Amino acid sequence: MLTLTRTFRRVIGRGAEPPATTTTATTARGRALETPPIDIAPNDPILAYFHAGSGAVPIDELQLDSPAVRAFRAAGVKLVVPLISQGELIGLLNLGRRLSDQDYSTDDRRLLEKLAAQASPAVRVAQLVREQEAEVRARERISQELRVAQLIQQQFLPKTLPNLPGWQIAAFYRAAAEIGGDFYDFIELPEGRIGLVVGDVTGHGVPAALVMATTRSVLRSEAPRLVAPGKVLERVNDFLHADIPQNMFVTCLYAVLDPVTGALTYANAGHDLPFVRRGNEVVELRATGMPLGAMPGMQYDEKEATLGPGDVIVLHSDGLAEAHDPQRVMFGFPRMRKLIGELGSGHELIDGLLESLHDFTGPAWEQEDDITLVTLSRSTGRGESEHVLVEFEELSAPGNERRIMDRVASSVRDLGLDPKRYERLKTAVSEAAMNAIEHGNRMNVELPVHVRVSVADRELVVRIVDNGGGRDIPEPETPDLEAKLEGLQKPRGWGLFLIKNMVDDMRVHTTNMHHSIELVMKLDRMKGADDGHDA
Amino acid sequence: MATTPNTTAPVRYRDGTAVVDLPPQIDATAEHALNDAYATAAGHGSKTVLLNFGAVEFLSSTGIALVVGILARARKEGVKITASGLSDHYREIFEITRLADFMTIFADENAALKGEGAR
Repeated sequence: MLTLTRTFRRVIGRGAEPPATTTTATTARGRALETPPIDIAPNDPILAYFHAGSGAVPIDELQLDSPAVRAFRAAGVKLVVPLISQGELIGLLNLGRRLSDQDYSTDDRRLLEKLAAQASPAVRVAQLVREQEAEVRARERISQELRVAQLIQQQFLPKTLPNLPGWQIAAFYRAAAEIGGDFYDFIELPEGRIGLVVGDVTGHGVPAALVMATTRSVLRSEAPRLVAPGKVLERVNDFLHADIPQNMFVTCLYAVLDPVTGALTYANAGHDLPFVRRGNEVVELRATGMPLGAMPGMQYDEKEATLGPGDVIVLHSDGLAEAHDPQRVMFGFPRMRKLIGELGSGHELIDGLLESLHDFTGPAWEQEDDITLVTLSRSTGRGESEHVLVEFEELSAPGNERRIMDRVASSVRDLGLDPKRYERLKTAVSEAAMNAIEHGNRMNVELPVHVRVSVADRELVVRIVDNGGGRDIPEPETPDLEAKLEGLQKPRGWGLFLIKNMVDDMRVHTTNMHHSIELVMKLDRMKGADDGHDA
Repeated sequence: MATTPNTTAPVRYRDGTAVVDLPPQIDATAEHALNDAYATAAGHGSKTVLLNFGAVEFLSSTGIALVVGILARARKEGVKITASGLSDHYREIFEITRLADFMTIFADENAALKGEGAR
């Protein structure tokens, strides 16, 4: 019995790589020798012998200045038979002394060479299988890492948006396939002010997610104490610089907003400049500073601006502006700026930007980097002020329609809805959520259903958004129960009909990417005043 | 995830009526329970099957479709379907969907068995 050596393929094929092999010598009668691992350097002259294809190599007869030969001898190896497959050295058969102590005969060598020739393809196949298995394991590890990174990322992004009277806040985050290090945050500050953060960590995966989590934690602990954005970034920079892995840094825009006056103080650590729309004009809020963690002792310019009634500020990461179309043309900041000037505000603005991105890149686009968009719109003071009760996302898993229903129900509990209307809303929400999960997101558990509950102008609006853009939603029709009972139609098909009958108004909106449904309940409907339905 | 509902629907027999005690959640998760319960009840030879909604907390459009499916089967097989224990909200839904036109709805099980007080 012979024992095959481990493959030498990497050693031989890629000279730059360090040798990494162990060999086990055996006797021709099957007694394995206990031998230490033998490394063969890529420049060892013995390799020329093995490559020459001249068959078994008697180690004791070699006149070579070769560390490998010395190692073979020390290990008691007498004969080495190279295993060659398609011209490539893939392994060695190492044989120790014969039990009879006689030299290997010509017949022995022929037999061994024949065996080597027959064994080589099988060994090569085994090597390829092993390599493939290793690749699969590596892919699984990477995908596991991405899941961990995603988990960290989701954990540290805001679960809800702050409720600022007179302001409409909307946020969007979508991770690239290789999770990047984007983040955004809202930090409550003394005297009713609020800290706005958007940042981007260099790199991807778990390291970026961990740096993102650390940055966020330091910002959250320092911001309420220091308040001044420049000072906060200085402090975070010094903290990060001490601990951040080499070659990693964080770009970050930090602003402090006084929601009552609209006064905004901001500082920038190398991040993309936010846009502000005032009337028809869109400007960038400029401030300079080094990214966080890159160098110690940095100072950050602090600038001021005022967001007046009707103004909109857009904080963003480079994932949108630096997206490319199939011809490698970049979406670009000028295009983004122009769109901000033309679109509405809040989710309408975000949807519009994403829609334009989709049109620009085409449907086959693989997202290059994380995309983060945060918008704050100041109301014009003409009574359209919106009060957001809750905003959240649930993944498209079966049964999550009930979670969505329960969360919405709990957010509107104190609005004084008539119990009957409260139950109707719950049914409408669960049905709309189920449509979003089943039809919009097609049960893809990784796709979120976005839910926003707000009150404006005595209207309660539950907005449910899924990723089912590009398909028209059918008009709700009254199901034909007789036909269903006769078996002429399927029993299903009640969802939209029910929703329409449960709420005061139902608005649907479809873009290339998203589908949204707004369920509207008038809050002025008095308790007891039965507001019939159009059954 | 939503809580896993009790997806069995036990069948009892009272005064010649098969009473199906529906689980708290009537949606896709209840499909087998409902269909099996109806098959059991019909297989027993009961000419009336009472769907007892007393414990039902959540009824989705998929659940309505399940009830429609049972009603369709019952009509073919000459079995009468009745319902009891519906909350006001779900009774309203039975009216909106017109299911109430095809099955008698009683306030509770006893009323249903006596055939009194149909709503």
